[in-house]
Amino acid sequence: MDTEAAESAAGGGIRIALRQIYPGFSLQVDLHLPGSGVTALFGHSGSGKTTLLRCVAGLEHAPAGFLKINGQVWQDDAKGVFLPTYRRPLGYVFQEASLFEHLTVTRNLDFGQRRVPRESRRVSLDHAISLLGIEHLLDRRPASLSGGERQRVAIARALLTSPSLLLLDEPLAALDLARKREIVPYLERLHDELDIPVLYVSHSPDEVAQLADHLVLMANGSVVAHGPLQETLARLDLTAAFADDAGVVLDTIVAAHDDSDELSRLDFAGGSLFVARRPEAIGRRLRCRVHARDVSLTLERAGHTSIMNILPATVVDIGPLESPGHVLVRLQANGTPLLARITRRSSRALNLGPGLPVWAQVKAVALLD
Amino acid sequence: MDAASLGAVQLTLKLATAVTALLLVIGTPIAWWLARTRSKLKALVGAIVSLPLVLPPTVLGFYMLLAMGPHGAIGHLTQFLGLGLLPFTFPGLVITSVIYSMPFVVQPIQNAFTALGERPLEAAATLRAGPWDTFFSVVVPLARPGFITAAILGFAHTVGEFGVVLMIGGNIPGKTRVISVQIYDHVEAMEYTQAHWLAGGMVLFSFLVLLALYSLQPATRGH
Repeated sequence: MDTEAAESAAGGGIRIALRQIYPGFSLQVDLHLPGSGVTALFGHSGSGKTTLLRCVAGLEHAPAGFLKINGQVWQDDAKGVFLPTYRRPLGYVFQEASLFEHLTVTRNLDFGQRRVPRESRRVSLDHAISLLGIEHLLDRRPASLSGGERQRVAIARALLTSPSLLLLDEPLAALDLARKREIVPYLERLHDELDIPVLYVSHSPDEVAQLADHLVLMANGSVVAHGPLQETLARLDLTAAFADDAGVVLDTIVAAHDDSDELSRLDFAGGSLFVARRPEAIGRRLRCRVHARDVSLTLERAGHTSIMNILPATVVDIGPLESPGHVLVRLQANGTPLLARITRRSSRALNLGPGLPVWAQVKAVALLD
Repeated sequence: MDAASLGAVQLTLKLATAVTALLLVIGTPIAWWLARTRSKLKALVGAIVSLPLVLPPTVLGFYMLLAMGPHGAIGHLTQFLGLGLLPFTFPGLVITSVIYSMPFVVQPIQNAFTALGERPLEAAATLRAGPWDTFFSVVVPLARPGFITAAILGFAHTVGEFGVVLMIGGNIPGKTRVISVQIYDHVEAMEYTQAHWLAGGMVLFSFLVLLALYSLQPATRGH
C-alpha cells in the first residue's frame, strides 16, 4: 500500500512485529497498519487476536518484539526497550468492563485523567461524558450499573487518558444483542469525532463490518490477510473465514427520501440502493452490508421483477466455496467490489467469466445500526 | 479492678497495638509476595509463616528465648548494636508476638490479594498508574476487608497469648505481665473475684471481636 509506505517512511502508522512461542500456540505477527481509523483484528477464538492486543499494551511481553506507534517506539527488544504498560499512552477496554468497584463512576473517570499531565489532555471530561451518554450515571457505583452502562463508562475512562492508541478487546462480547445495539452508536461517534487510531478485537463479522476501516484477519497466531475493509472482505480466498456471512460493506450517503413509498435512496460509487425509509437526514453517511447470499446475477436487465436494486457490474473472478454446489463471484460496480453467491450450475448456464458485464440483483441490504 | 489488673490490661493493649501495627507493615509485603509469586519458594515461605498455627506456644517461646539469649543469633546482634538482651523485656515480647501472630495477619491479606485477580492491576496500568500507585490507590482499598480482618485477628490473638509470654517475658509487672499471665497469678493466689473481672472481660472482648468479624464480612463484600 502506497499510503502505508509513505506513513511508515514519515515515522507514522503502526508497526507491530511480535514473536511469542507458548506451549501449543505461537504468535507470529509482522504488520504495518494505518495510523488512523479503526483496525479490526478479526478471527475465531484462539486465533491470537487478544494475545496480540495484550502484547501491544505491554500486558504481556513477547520476547522478540518491535512496536512503534505513530513515531513512538514502545518496544524494541533488540535494543532492550520495553515500556511498561503504565508508560504507554494507550487506552484499553477489556471484554468485561473492569471498573474499580470501590470508586464511583466519576472517580473511575478521573482515575486515568488525573495521571496524565495537564498539557497532554486532549479529551475533556464533558466531551467524554456526552460522547458516551453517561451523564446520569456519574454518582453511581459500578455494581449498580448494567453491563452496557459499565462498558460505556470503561470506554469513557480509557478516552480520558487522551491515548495515542485505543485498544478494544471485544468490548461487546459479554453483552446481549440489545446492549450491543446500545453501545455501537457510541463507538461510531467515537470514530467520527475523535482522531484516535483504534485496534478493535472482534470475532463478530457484523461488528467488523460496521465499525472497521481496516481489517486484519488472524488464524492460529498469524496474520492471514490485512488491508482496507472493503477490499479485504471481497477477497475470494478469505471468504471461508466469514462462511455464510461473506459479503461486502458499502459506504453510502443518504441521497433522498421517498415518503409516499416509505423508501430512502442510498448513493455510493457503484450506483444507488433503495432501502426502507431511514431516519437519518439527507447527506448523512450510512454504512451497509450486502451479503453474497443476497446477490443474484442476470445477463440482461430484468424488466418485470420485484427486486428494486439492480446494479450494472463486471465479473472480476470466480472462486469456489466450501459448499460444493455454489461459487462466489467477485464483481466490480464502478470500482466498488461486490460479491455474489450463486450455484455452480447457474454460473455455467450464464457462461460467467472475467470481464463479462452483468446485472447484480440485490435482494437485501443489511443496514448496520 | 485492682491496680495490678489494670496495669496488665494497659500493658496488653500496648503490646497488641504495637504487634498489630508492625504485623500490618511486615505482613503486607509477605502476603503480596505469597499471593503473586510463581517461585518454588512459595510453599516453603508459606509453611514457615504458618508454623505458629500448629506449634505449641511454649516451643516457639523456647527457641525464641534461645535465639534472643546471650548465645543466640538475635542476642549477638542486639548486643552488637548496644541494645542488650531482649528476653524479659517488652521489645522482646513484641518481636516474639509478631512471629507468633504472623499467620493470622498474613493469611487474610493474602486471600484478599488473591481474590482480586490480575484484572484491576491491569486496568490500573492501562490508566497510567505505576506499581506503587496501583498498590495504594487500587489494591489496598479493594482488599480493605482483608486488612480489617487481619488487624482484628492479629490484635485478638496477641491479647490472648499466654505460653509465649511466659517463656520470653516471664512475669514482670508493668513490663511483661499481660492479662493472661495476671489471670493465672490471681487464680494461683485464690483471688477469684479479680480473676473473674479479667477472665470475664476477655470472654466479652473475644465475643465482640468475632461478632465484629462476622457482621463485617458480608456487608463489605456486597458493598
